[in-house]
Amino acid sequence: MTLSRKDILSMRDMSVDEINFILETADSFLEVSTRDIKKVPTLRGKTIINLFVEASTRTRTSFEIAGKRLSADTINISGSSSSIIKGETLVDTARNLEAMNPDLIVLRHSAAGAPHMLAKLLKPAVINAGDGANEHPTQALLDIMTIREKKGRIAGLKIAIVGDILHSRVARSNIYALTRMGAEVHLAGPATMMPRDMGKMGVTVHYRLEPAIQAADIIMMLRIQLERQERKLIPSLREYAAFFGLNAKNIKLAKEDVLVMHPGPTNRGVEIAPDIADGPQSIILDQVTNGVALRMALLYLLTGGTA
Amino acid sequence: MRLLLQGGRVVDPSQNIDDFLDIIIEDGKIALLGKNLAGGLRDEGITTGFDGRVIDAQSKIVVPGLVDIHVHLRDPGFEYKETIASGSEAALAGGFTSIACMPNTKPVNDNRAVTEYILSKALECRLARIYPIAAVSRGSEGVAMAEYGDLSAAGAIAFSDDGKPVTDSALMLNAVEYAASFGRPVISHCEDTWLSAGATITEGFAAIQTGLSGAPSIAEDIMVARDILIAEYLSLPIHIAHVSTAGAVRLIRDAKSRGIKVTAETAPHYFTLTDEALLDFDTSVRVNPPLRSHGDREAIWEGLRDGTIDAIASDHAPHGIIDKEVEFEAAASGISGLETSLGISLRLVTQGMLSLNQLIAAMTWRPAKILNLSAGTLKTGAPADATLIDLNHSWQVDPATFRSRGKNTPFKGWNLTGKAVMTIVAGEIRWLQQGLQLK
Repeated sequence: MTLSRKDILSMRDMSVDEINFILETADSFLEVSTRDIKKVPTLRGKTIINLFVEASTRTRTSFEIAGKRLSADTINISGSSSSIIKGETLVDTARNLEAMNPDLIVLRHSAAGAPHMLAKLLKPAVINAGDGANEHPTQALLDIMTIREKKGRIAGLKIAIVGDILHSRVARSNIYALTRMGAEVHLAGPATMMPRDMGKMGVTVHYRLEPAIQAADIIMMLRIQLERQERKLIPSLREYAAFFGLNAKNIKLAKEDVLVMHPGPTNRGVEIAPDIADGPQSIILDQVTNGVALRMALLYLLTGGTA
Repeated sequence: MRLLLQGGRVVDPSQNIDDFLDIIIEDGKIALLGKNLAGGLRDEGITTGFDGRVIDAQSKIVVPGLVDIHVHLRDPGFEYKETIASGSEAALAGGFTSIACMPNTKPVNDNRAVTEYILSKALECRLARIYPIAAVSRGSEGVAMAEYGDLSAAGAIAFSDDGKPVTDSALMLNAVEYAASFGRPVISHCEDTWLSAGATITEGFAAIQTGLSGAPSIAEDIMVARDILIAEYLSLPIHIAHVSTAGAVRLIRDAKSRGIKVTAETAPHYFTLTDEALLDFDTSVRVNPPLRSHGDREAIWEGLRDGTIDAIASDHAPHGIIDKEVEFEAAASGISGLETSLGISLRLVTQGMLSLNQLIAAMTWRPAKILNLSAGTLKTGAPADATLIDLNHSWQVDPATFRSRGKNTPFKGWNLTGKAVMTIVAGEIRWLQQGLQLK
């Protein structure tokens, strides 16, 4: 079986079969990272460009390690050379990179739809590593991989996603995938950070934390973006933490075996109390570990690999 | 030069005419409308044979030259997007004989020199009639009024800050009152820029699905409401540009029923597309106001049907590839619309939404009346501006063939039926569809 798509741009149009196929491939790559010599020759001779126009540490490192463990040549380009700020347009940058014949471009960009534009214009495969407030498909895939690893299934789980839903690409990608896989998705966040038509996404919307995490199997906390303050969406971080922060007290509403996730980076003491982030219910670091295997799988599949 | 348009179906809503008639044009004016005029002008019973050029208009409809009161010609300042000549040619190819151009040039048309430049260029290229709209405020900065007296004397026919909405209500009140004293209306782009800050599309399901920032539709409605209040308070006209929301249609309908002098236009994309067209981040559908919901589109249909919306205007906004081949949120707003406006609008007739008469009214005398233009009619003595439309002509939209420099259109590849095949300005055939046989 092969992946019958050139790019990974979105979870919006990804079928359950495709998701399962990607996750199975990812499972088989998990072991590589546990070896003493963490390198296989699978992608020797392939060139991968990590074009991170918007800042990122975790995702960029994860993609870079994934590429290197597969023996691909990985090149990182970062900085704010966005057409919005600088002279050269993204399209120009990308066409120049394309002229050097890479096999795959991983793009992180602050503008929603930027990877879609490149995918349409360029020959090499494009992976969306986060585009504005739109999507972060590899994060959703690694989240689902982690949930499945811990719970053995997705269907029927009550999964709460809490925070700034309006601006969260992680939420969007997860909502598409989790609802399609049969999870019962509950969202919670301040009303100003919850799009008015959100219910159309097949989720249950709450404006308080408690009903969302009540009897939840999984709680996914989102990073509250400090820079959103200027839009006057919340009065203060203090108030946000008091009403939407996950702590040792309110987590008791969830199932006893609830697991807590966070795409990082966390604002400790704001959306998540430190003792929860570091506590036994937290699988935040498992997400990071799985992220490498998941991205190895995608690099492999998009450069022609079969499983 | 005399011209006889023979045997066409004349649709002229300004005179309630929909009949097979001949038209004689003489000295750039409509000389006569009537049956079987080939025998010549009948004057006091004396018949002489027609000795001018005869144009066979059979199987065509003949309408007053179309009027588009909202276009951007980009000249001076952005000639790579459009020039007065290329924009005028696009107008003629689209069937338009009169167009009113917005002042967001560089420099802004806020002074006599720019207005005169536009008019002199228009005269030079001798294509469509061009009516400059000058700025409400100097530099369209929303602070101090431009010199409406001087601008009116130079030929400005209305005032608008176009895409830079007049957020200062005191300025708007004064502008409407002062402009009216020179017989000029103010055109308002209604947008509460606090509500639309940072947004590139409308709030709604498409915004959720794309992560693009959406402005609520009330960003438009709130300003429409304010402008209606100003028009009511002053008992003076205000024209609302490119209506796109159900709320705006409702407010305008209500205002009209109370006798307030508010008029409105909408653009073909608002009654044709919805925000679903944005789902794959196609920058050609980035417009301001943004494409709205199905409910809004239905309200626009109803507004056109019941006359709440007076006119169809293309909001022709040509852009270069560098303005559109960028990230969606960095892309310029606008559609190059002059050459698709009629074809897209005729869909409303084939779909039974509007009668042909209603549509032609919304593209001729009704917009002409809003700006007090001597256009949009085939009355005897009127300027001989006429458009021949072949309602059966099927064609595919191909931006590469556009006369406009702006190739930015979401209608690329659309199959349309109905096209202007001949455009006559001041009695001169200034545009002819390729392949059309003239007798």
